[in-house]
Amino acid sequence: MLAGLMVSIYVFVLAIFVGFEVIAKVPQMLHTPLMSGSNAISGITIVGALLVAGRLESPLSAVLGAVAVAFAMVNVAGGFAVTDRMLQMFKRKPEEAGK
Amino acid sequence: MIDLVIALAYLLSAVLFIVGLKRLSSPRTARRGNMIGAAGMLIAIVATLLDKEIVGWTWILVGAVVGSVAGLLFAYRVKMTGMPQMVALLNGFGGGASALVATDEYMRYAAGTTVPHYDIQTTIMLGLIVGGVTFSGSLIAWAKLQEVMTGKPILFAGQKVVNALLLLGALALAAYLVVVDANMPLYLVLVGASLLLGVFFVIPIGGADMPVVISLLNSYSGIAACMTGFVLSNNALIISGALVGASGIILTKIMCDAMNRSLANVLFAGVGATVAGPAGPGGAVAKPVKDISAEDAAILLTYAREVIFVPGYGMAVSQAQHQVRELADILTAKGVDVKYAVHPVAGRMPGHMNVLLAEANVPYPQLMEMDAINPEFDHTDVSVVIGANDVVNPAARHDAASPIYGMPILDVDKSKNVIVMKRSLNVGFAGIDNELFYNDNTRMLFGDARKMLTALIHELKVNA
Repeated sequence: MLAGLMVSIYVFVLAIFVGFEVIAKVPQMLHTPLMSGSNAISGITIVGALLVAGRLESPLSAVLGAVAVAFAMVNVAGGFAVTDRMLQMFKRKPEEAGK
Repeated sequence: MIDLVIALAYLLSAVLFIVGLKRLSSPRTARRGNMIGAAGMLIAIVATLLDKEIVGWTWILVGAVVGSVAGLLFAYRVKMTGMPQMVALLNGFGGGASALVATDEYMRYAAGTTVPHYDIQTTIMLGLIVGGVTFSGSLIAWAKLQEVMTGKPILFAGQKVVNALLLLGALALAAYLVVVDANMPLYLVLVGASLLLGVFFVIPIGGADMPVVISLLNSYSGIAACMTGFVLSNNALIISGALVGASGIILTKIMCDAMNRSLANVLFAGVGATVAGPAGPGGAVAKPVKDISAEDAAILLTYAREVIFVPGYGMAVSQAQHQVRELADILTAKGVDVKYAVHPVAGRMPGHMNVLLAEANVPYPQLMEMDAINPEFDHTDVSVVIGANDVVNPAARHDAASPIYGMPILDVDKSKNVIVMKRSLNVGFAGIDNELFYNDNTRMLFGDARKMLTALIHELKVNA
């Protein structure tokens, strides 16, 4: 048990360093899409929500799970969609801008 | 076999998240990067659905449909000016989901379905507390940004003591629940304490400090997902949560540095609560400001060779980004070199101004960061400040008595002429007078940014 936890902690610490390296290179211009996009990624908690909603241990648990799935899906669907909406507006030249 | 496939799928989705975030380093690759991230999420969801623990689909379907529809509606209907509120809400939902998952896991221990382990139980408690704080804190941040409640700091006597006791109490209660007794009613008390902590955490923070709060809550939502990962022993969650946590921390630091304030000062000092009268320090009041008509401003701009626009929150409030772009187009057609100077904390969230200007079809190479644009003000003929205040106050450079002393600013006062569009002489968020307004090379164009820009555009078209 402890060995498994230690591995998880290693993964956690290393992932934070990867995060710092990757995110530090994002330009200020894209910080809003970065926030909404990384937000969508934090919707990964959907994995836990699906398990809760799907294992049907008790009616209360199922309802809790359904709410958790809904919350996480707002995060995932809303996050990726709004990020895409923003990113498509960033154009290099005026001609590309269309409309 | 299926377990191995699921495990590899989780690994793949973690890799895709990292690759996707890497592509956000340039606007050219960013959109593809976001799609790669979304693909990673889809893979993780499908992998989870293959898990043999899942035996029923009804509740999953109900939750997924409701959540997706609500999320997509938000995403496609929100105005670009409302993006800070949107991100605040998304943070909240992420944190809320993590807190709910933690709660269900705890119910299983309390019911004796699964054998408790200290380590898992500890992460359940942390998941609940961080998730709960993120949820209620984000809702308060949303309410402040949406102006459902006052954007001013809400302070009361003994606030810090109350907050400290609440936090310590929550931690003590969590420790009791882990070590001594699995007790459902007490757990619910902890749920309430977490939510209350989130509320108390955000109410003392003023509207213009929201970029910091949103960044920090962004980080929390990642950490909450991380804790869920520890509970479920799922490394994909741990990696993704850590990435988001790191991202939020970096943004928080950038925002604090751009204001030359410590995180503690932003969170606890209640800055912006007391707004001093226009009679600010430095005796600047004795000097009158010089205003300018739209007509004269248009002439000034026509004869300029280099113009820099400096957008601030006022531009977002009056939704003037399209008019800014239209004015820039007219000037560019007349041979004027136009650029935009964006301060890191302009607006209500990191990168807010860039998104608004991109929405108005401003090509992104014209959007300049502070360090890149500051050397250019020296040879700029006209700087046009649109609803920005504290980020262009020269007092930050030389007045050690000023509350914003030491904050990096845009050096607009160094350009030959400055036109400041502002609704009144009211002080900015920091509650101090802006000596820029009284400079000899500054002219004030009083009025709503959009109306004034429209007037300028009209003048330029008439005289063309």
